[in-house]
Amino acid sequence: MIPANPEWLPAGSAGLVALSLGVAVLATAWPRQAHRIGLLGALAVTAWVLGLSATFLHAGPDPETAATRVALGGWEAPLGLMLQLDGLSMTLLVLTAVVALATSLYSLGYVHDRIERRQFWPLWLWLWAGLNMLFLSGDAFNLYITLEVVSLSAVALVAFTGTAAAVSGAVRYLLVNILGSLSFLMGVVLLFGEHGVLDLVLLEARTEAGPTERMAAVLMTAGLMLKAALFPLHVWLAPAHGSAPAPVSAVLSGLVVTGSFYLILRLWMGVFAPLATPAFGILVGLLGVGALIWGSLQALRAGRLKSIVAYSTVAQFGYLLVAFPLMLVDPGAWRVVVFFAVVHALAKASVFLAAGTLQHAAGHDRLAELGAVLRARPRTVFALGLAGVSLMGLPFTGGFIAKYLLLEAGLGTVLAGSLIGVLWVLAIAGGGLLAAAYVLRMVAPAFHRGRRDAGEAVSPWMDWVPLALATVAALAGLAGVLTLNTLALTPGAP
Amino acid sequence: MDGGWLLLAILFSSLGPGIAIFFLPEHRQGLRTALNLGGAGTKLALVGVLLAGVLRGDEYHFSLPLMPGIDLVLAADALSLLFASLSAVLWFVTTVYAIGYLEGSPRRSRFFGFFSLCVSATVGIALSGNLITFLIFYEILTLATWPLVVHRGTPAALRAGRLYLGYTLTSGLVLFTAIVWLTLLAGAEGFTPGGYLEGLAETHAVTLQVLFVLLMVGFGVKAALVPLHSWLPIAMVAPAPVSALLHAVAVVKAGAFGIIRVVNDVYGAELAIELGLTAGLLVIAAVTIIYGSIQALRTDDLKQRLAFSTVSQVSYIILGVALAGPLGVIGGLVHLVHQGITKITLFFCAGNFAETLGIHRISELDGVGRRMPLTMLAFTAGALGMIGLPPLAGFVTKWHLGLGALEAGMPWILGVLVLSSLLNAAYFLPPVIRGWLGERREPWHEPLQAHAGPTRFETHWMLLFPVVFTAALGLLVGLYAGLGLSPLGWVSLIVQRDYALPEFGL
Repeated sequence: MIPANPEWLPAGSAGLVALSLGVAVLATAWPRQAHRIGLLGALAVTAWVLGLSATFLHAGPDPETAATRVALGGWEAPLGLMLQLDGLSMTLLVLTAVVALATSLYSLGYVHDRIERRQFWPLWLWLWAGLNMLFLSGDAFNLYITLEVVSLSAVALVAFTGTAAAVSGAVRYLLVNILGSLSFLMGVVLLFGEHGVLDLVLLEARTEAGPTERMAAVLMTAGLMLKAALFPLHVWLAPAHGSAPAPVSAVLSGLVVTGSFYLILRLWMGVFAPLATPAFGILVGLLGVGALIWGSLQALRAGRLKSIVAYSTVAQFGYLLVAFPLMLVDPGAWRVVVFFAVVHALAKASVFLAAGTLQHAAGHDRLAELGAVLRARPRTVFALGLAGVSLMGLPFTGGFIAKYLLLEAGLGTVLAGSLIGVLWVLAIAGGGLLAAAYVLRMVAPAFHRGRRDAGEAVSPWMDWVPLALATVAALAGLAGVLTLNTLALTPGAP
Repeated sequence: MDGGWLLLAILFSSLGPGIAIFFLPEHRQGLRTALNLGGAGTKLALVGVLLAGVLRGDEYHFSLPLMPGIDLVLAADALSLLFASLSAVLWFVTTVYAIGYLEGSPRRSRFFGFFSLCVSATVGIALSGNLITFLIFYEILTLATWPLVVHRGTPAALRAGRLYLGYTLTSGLVLFTAIVWLTLLAGAEGFTPGGYLEGLAETHAVTLQVLFVLLMVGFGVKAALVPLHSWLPIAMVAPAPVSALLHAVAVVKAGAFGIIRVVNDVYGAELAIELGLTAGLLVIAAVTIIYGSIQALRTDDLKQRLAFSTVSQVSYIILGVALAGPLGVIGGLVHLVHQGITKITLFFCAGNFAETLGIHRISELDGVGRRMPLTMLAFTAGALGMIGLPPLAGFVTKWHLGLGALEAGMPWILGVLVLSSLLNAAYFLPPVIRGWLGERREPWHEPLQAHAGPTRFETHWMLLFPVVFTAALGLLVGLYAGLGLSPLGWVSLIVQRDYALPEFGL
């Protein structure tokens, strides 16, 4: 093994941006070969990210040496653009690589039409490149740009099948995104007007709890909450995620939403940290409880397989909001929150991919008429169930470890004397039961006695990738310590 | 990580074949049977090796970091071996039985896959070295059993499955919360004979009491303590081998084993008595014993009667543990094994009657002893064992429980034991009497012969052999209870070695 050298980290980060952009540009320029370029690119980017993470971990355990800031073109902040690699971005880059690789492989089977292939791959590679840049960006304006790259390619991906439902879902999604982005941009402008810098580290040093910051915080957070479909700004999510093609839904629910959440977390841990008061924390926590209950109830009522999964995203993101007041009591809990988001992304992507396989086989995804296909496709149902167990937070899955840590943080606030903490504990524990109920709705028909009909043939990729990704989500439990240690390599975070 | 590989190998000897079976096409019957029996045989052999090692005094330990400060720990102490050997032996027998029982029925790959997962989880529970590991395997067991309960896919089966999951998942969350809480207070300690919570008794007495109640609710649903038992009699719609496994080895026993662990190795008997926890547990166990027996009397369905009998019998284990004296604990622990062997025999017999002759109700049993003498003989041995007729297994249990009650100065427990034995006789003797002395006028329906042709013995040999084997085992553990390696001898060893109790005469 080549000894990993911390000095490679700047080049590695810049190289990742260059590589993922290069693949996207190449696929756009040469659409006939887009799927081949895409596959090779996906493998290359994944390998690059894994190599980068190995180097990054090797450079630890001191967060200051591991975390890297790169000035593009040699222009230092505040003039130039900064890339920033730390434990938080590294974790999300690895998550993105894993989910994106799985989605790419799945898409080899899912997108087989020649015309569709030419449209899908360039857009998808732009989305992936946008996500990589988002996680590496170190200043507010750059974050806005990368957020736009992600959003616009996501909108196009929702629409690319061209059906009426897809286009109307995409238009709605576009409007939501524009609104969210504008709100975010206004916040950025306010901060820039007040402090004259955009770099996150410099901003953090200059901000205090003043009226401008408050306004900026409201605008930026509201914009991002809209994009992350956080309750009560979630109404657009189910139609958009439910009508998109399966690999796109998987990426939207697994990664894009997580990306917006990442930004919220990043901002509130840094620039806006002085603004977080206990009362505000409780408000956010209550929204989270609302999301958990409302999202789960909708998932229990929904008649379509993919709608159930989409509403489950609303519910699961409730946990992230519930965790906010916990972070105010125990600042170290943010790592648990990120781990939860990572595990959720893995599980949710595999559920969407499995749902896509079933939908493709049956030609529809109406749950009531899906029994025969469910019975004939045990492998896909198993993937659905395994990822579902992770969503429920039961062992032996990543979801269980995440739930354990979250519950530990919740009980910690109760033991520290917070009465409202009891509500957070009940929500965290009880949410799993609701998840079990809606996962059971999807899986149970496979066990009914009745006709079996495998439906239309599906490619082996669509048969096996959901199971493989669900297995990864289950085994993520073993990576708990590693993830938390990686996250600890974030300078400035508690 | 001394000898940790052996513990892992025991776990994977059923997990590996289980996963392989999932991917096996339905028609590969030979390979599936080979995997099943190979896994069961390997597990039995490995548990034997472990048993020899522990007798030699070797230490076995495996740990894997899961979360900061929290490890997945597998360890082998005398108590875990008691449960592990029980499940290894009975799994082997049940596998043979299940292969015979399900011959020719659809979806066997799915069935045996989950069947193996279920047993892996049970062995994991036996070998768990701390509460968190216990919880992990306990919840896996819940999930792995659900597909077995609903295997038949009928509306009744699915309803039973929903009820089962509703009860067990809810109690699982209670347990989860309690364990996280306890770990926050006391750290992720391993199971320690005599408990590890004394340090907290002064400062956190009330918290410990609340936590104990939560833990008992968490384990009590699976152990079918009244009033948390309602799922068990309904879950008997599952196929006979599943019921046998559920009642004798896996689910119900996991709950009882959890209670044993909490009382003896987390709280410690002394602390549990001091906090007044055992008294409450004792009352609940006594109520459950009587209530289960009365309910068993009221039903005519053979499997349902057996299910209610389980509700009652498993609480003997809890009763013994709650007596919290050496003799009582011996009685409780030994019943873990005795109840398992006896109840699995009875469920196998019920399955044989149903499969071979289509008999489901006690009122249909008239004269069955002449058509299926060996099965009926096994049923009789099991029934008499449950009633507690000397020198059968149940007698050994009740004798020690009675002595334990006197030792603890609670003679009213003797009353409970006597009453419950009378009730046992009242619900177990009628099927036995009908079977031997009843008269059947019309010819038997023969559903098994109708679809599988004539059998050499009174039923398929794979259904008959397990019944005869477990019935004989039930006789032997009673007859040779005095030997060192009998369950009683082993349990006395546990009580002496692990609980540092003074020598006592039997």
